[in-house]
Amino acid sequence: MLELRNITKIYNPGTIREMCIFENFNLTVDDGEFLSIVGSNGSGKTSLLNIICGSIPIEGGEVLIGNERIDRMKEYKRYRRIGRVYQNPALGTCPNLTLLENMALADNKGKSYGLSRGINKSRIEYYRQQLAVLGLGLENKMDVKLGSLSGGQRQAVALVMATLTPIDFLILDEHTAALDPKTSEIIMKLTDRIIAEKKLTAIMVTHNLRYAVEYGSRLIMMDKGKIVLDKSGEEKKNLTVNDILHIFNEISIECGN
Amino acid sequence: MKEGVLMNGFIELVVSTLTQGLIYALLSYGVYITYKILDFPDLTVDGSFPLGAAVTAVLLTNKVNPYLTIPVTLVVGAVAGLITGVIHVKLGIRDLLAGIITMTALFSINLQIAGSNLVVDRNIDTIFSAVPTMALFGRMPLIYRKLVVSLIIALIFKLLLDLYFKTKNGLLLRAVGDNSILVTTLAKDKGVVKIIGLVISNALIALSGCIVCHEQRSFSSTMGTGQVVFGLATVIIGTTLFKKFDFVKGTTAAMIGSILYKACIQVAISLGMPANLLKLVTAVLFLIILVLGSYQKGMVKKNA
Repeated sequence: MLELRNITKIYNPGTIREMCIFENFNLTVDDGEFLSIVGSNGSGKTSLLNIICGSIPIEGGEVLIGNERIDRMKEYKRYRRIGRVYQNPALGTCPNLTLLENMALADNKGKSYGLSRGINKSRIEYYRQQLAVLGLGLENKMDVKLGSLSGGQRQAVALVMATLTPIDFLILDEHTAALDPKTSEIIMKLTDRIIAEKKLTAIMVTHNLRYAVEYGSRLIMMDKGKIVLDKSGEEKKNLTVNDILHIFNEISIECGN
Repeated sequence: MKEGVLMNGFIELVVSTLTQGLIYALLSYGVYITYKILDFPDLTVDGSFPLGAAVTAVLLTNKVNPYLTIPVTLVVGAVAGLITGVIHVKLGIRDLLAGIITMTALFSINLQIAGSNLVVDRNIDTIFSAVPTMALFGRMPLIYRKLVVSLIIALIFKLLLDLYFKTKNGLLLRAVGDNSILVTTLAKDKGVVKIIGLVISNALIALSGCIVCHEQRSFSSTMGTGQVVFGLATVIIGTTLFKKFDFVKGTTAAMIGSILYKACIQVAISLGMPANLLKLVTAVLFLIILVLGSYQKGMVKKNA
């Protein structure tokens, strides 16, 4: 279980550009939940993910996984239990390493990176299987440098790499936003399948309202650092894109957009 | 008769140029690690290179076993790299400035270690003339012995590095320059990985200074000036030359870059260029290489 308690986040504190994005913000994500977060730009979605992962500091409040506080923990240490896929496909893989080397790197997450052989030959078949699931033919491109693959292929690899080792949470940061509609559809389906197969707890930020409605077990909408809609279970299942769009528009009108 | 002497002179020139290239290849490996792999413009080079020579000159003068200078300079160079790494990673100083700080400090430290100049006495053995070397290659004239020993050292460290790049730690090192965010999501401290890279790099660079000191039997406090530019130039020559050939390893490219560079300088000197103009020629050559390199890419690379 992930818990955010009384989070306060202020950008540029003490300066003229000071901006408070969260004040006493609370959110609990249960184990096994697949949470989609929607909201306009500047509503605090990505800030929320960055707070969970420790990419940005917070001014107040607590972040807990299980019953352990992680808000003082360094970013890289938090990733022992968290996998993350970014909007930019380039961020999830190493362009100058081969696909095999990338997979081997990801496969070793959580263990020590010592002076033993980087690529364990007996694992190659396993990597092939994991890539074959994608249906993109990547299992036959093990010696190709990642940089020469397309954005969609790289994002698919990033997704496989992020979930290759046991993790508690999968963080998806608009991970389909930079892809063309067809590729983004493929990646979204893959995401859903991997989350179900590995029984992951996932948090997905998306601008695609349809994905938020179709996928996941819970949906929240954020606006100016507050949760304005929180639906799960049956309520979530009955939600339509139009319902959300309606609420979205109301918020925007209030803002004067 | 006269032609024979000329021919001999030419061969000697080629052999000594090759030797220079191979000794300085160690420096090029070091710069290859920071510049190409870590994407870290490390200026520590100008300090760690003479540091290796200073330590070696003092050790040799004090009749320490010449082979012992190799592990000692590796350690001393590693410490120099560690300091730059800690300044950058733990104190949050920009990469370029962190290197400048260490380099500047090392200038004084080198003076403290060996004074402004230190000549190793003629009757002191170096790695090129000590007993084990003589037992193996004693029949060769000195200049060929220098070539063979330099070649062996350059190859050993090339192979060690190539092996290292294939280990888990080596993969992580390559990843940190490629995409440091991925290293963080792999739950590894990217700062520590950078420090490891700087340590290895400067250990090799100090070793290069060590072997240079063995070869020319002297240390001078100014011998570090411009070495970083030399290192960058050789790495860029090498990697640009072999860009189309994926199977050529980066270390091989750096080694060949170093030899080619030394050859260019040697040609310039043979054509009558005054030695005082050496750094100017180096700078111009470096500029030409950079411009050609970016033309080849079709664009000018950021902060190249």
